[in-house]
Amino acid sequence: MRSLSSRSIRTAILEQSKRAGVGHIGSALSIADIVVALYDSALQISSEYDADRDRLVLSKGHAVLAVYSALHLKGWLTAEQLDTFCGDDTLLSMHPEHGLPGIDFCTGSLGHGLSIGAGAALAARMQGSKRHVFVVMSDAELNEGSIWEAAMFAAQHKLSNLIAIVDANGQQALGKTADVMDLEPLADKWRAFGWETVEIDGHDIEGMQALFSELRDKPGAPKMVIARTTFGKGVSYMEGQVKWHYWPMSDEEYADALRQVSV
Amino acid sequence: MRQAFIKQLVELARQDPRIMLLTGDLGYMALEPFADEFPDRFINCGVAEQNMMGVATGLAESGFLPFVYSIVTFATLRGFEFIRNGPVIHGLPVRVVGVGGGVEYGHNGVSHYGLEDVGAMRLLAGMNVFAPADAGQTTTVLAKTWDTKGPAYYRLGKDEKAVVPGLDGRFEVGRAQVVWDGDDVLMLSMGAVGADVSQAAELLLKKGVIAAHWVAASIEPAPVVDIKAALAKFRVVITVEAHRTTGGLGSIVSEIAAEETGRKAKVVRLGIDHYLGGRSGSQAFLHSQHGISGEAIAARVLCELNGP
Repeated sequence: MRSLSSRSIRTAILEQSKRAGVGHIGSALSIADIVVALYDSALQISSEYDADRDRLVLSKGHAVLAVYSALHLKGWLTAEQLDTFCGDDTLLSMHPEHGLPGIDFCTGSLGHGLSIGAGAALAARMQGSKRHVFVVMSDAELNEGSIWEAAMFAAQHKLSNLIAIVDANGQQALGKTADVMDLEPLADKWRAFGWETVEIDGHDIEGMQALFSELRDKPGAPKMVIARTTFGKGVSYMEGQVKWHYWPMSDEEYADALRQVSV
Repeated sequence: MRQAFIKQLVELARQDPRIMLLTGDLGYMALEPFADEFPDRFINCGVAEQNMMGVATGLAESGFLPFVYSIVTFATLRGFEFIRNGPVIHGLPVRVVGVGGGVEYGHNGVSHYGLEDVGAMRLLAGMNVFAPADAGQTTTVLAKTWDTKGPAYYRLGKDEKAVVPGLDGRFEVGRAQVVWDGDDVLMLSMGAVGADVSQAAELLLKKGVIAAHWVAASIEPAPVVDIKAALAKFRVVITVEAHRTTGGLGSIVSEIAAEETGRKAKVVRLGIDHYLGGRSGSQAFLHSQHGISGEAIAARVLCELNGP
């Protein structure tokens, strides 16, 4: 079996997108390295059935293929199960479904996940558990007002066991975030809301792992990791191109993409 | 009903450490008994209902039993999609508690009227919906349903003192309660407007007309058996609710009636189906305007029995 790496996760994302003939490829590639950093070491999960496992809320649910790929590469999801992605009677839809072991919450409606994560983090603290809650959001998702309700709540309650990651690829469904609803200065916004905020290269797996490890037990405030990423990372013709938010690959594009990510 | 609800909730919370109470910065002079006794399990989430519902979802997934409190409209409508994609889709035991059904917040104006909540909550598959008629029934409703599987919505009246005489705190999930029986016409009420229906029954009695009054507080699951029995027994079944007649009790009875062959009853739905062009007033004034005051209900019963 392939092990979890930047290369293997991208290959799985491309294989499944092509097999199912679906889009959202650029978004999944954008968070691929964040997901590797999380599942390789940051998430403390002895098994997908461990009740006291760290929780992951993929608030940008449309990129869940990256998580399915990670679950498969971790050995929690068989190749046969992965091959049901976007099929009939499957638990592997285009957005996460909690009925699938390894998936904690159904998400897909943007702006929902940070509130759930705040509740889960509060619960862990009230129960005296060391478990942490990681929430992965998109940058465009920050357009949603509910995110800022959750931001205030988490800071008010000093939920230091809550680590949120924004996949800041600067792109949303119909254009650049800077043109649609500019988020900058993003780090200043989160600091102003009382979050311990760090910016990092969202494709630097080792750097993110070191950061998650450093942030994990730091008391006082919820943590925000602004991961600067490239939409469609790893496939040159997808990088920064709005089209790959929705578009499926042709046979030629697929062959080219696979070649590029396996280098 | 709030005080009865909180009193019962405090008793339950003494036995069950999973119970939490979240509020959207409302409940002054109502929630204090819980907040004082369980400060660690009481959270004022601020004026942010969507987040409150998301937080409750996260808490419930981790094993807590959160009660989420606000005024009816804010509790059910502002965070509607968070209720759907949270407790409903995940099947989690979040309890949405709305206070002030119908036009109880009369002088506060239409932004505060709870006219669509029951329909909205009933539309969600797997959501339990309870709308007690008075304080005594509220206590029983909570005592019998607090640990219900999956999510639940409680629609509470704001009035602490109004009672439905003869109801005596009775409640059973999936059943209606007979307050006063009769032969020809049934007034079936949902929620606090039951007090107006009691008044109508008294007015009718003075005119020598015996109209039955049953209370439906278990809205989902609906009292199907009793509604079917009523449709077979009475000539006229009049539903009374401080809610749109679409989506609420009137809809439930109509839906059941439509599928019943050989029913006897004509169904008449009374409720609040329009805004008064921005005009507001006391609850009594508004009930009268919308035909759900005691007098208006009695007049409608006579009209149905004797013709106009």
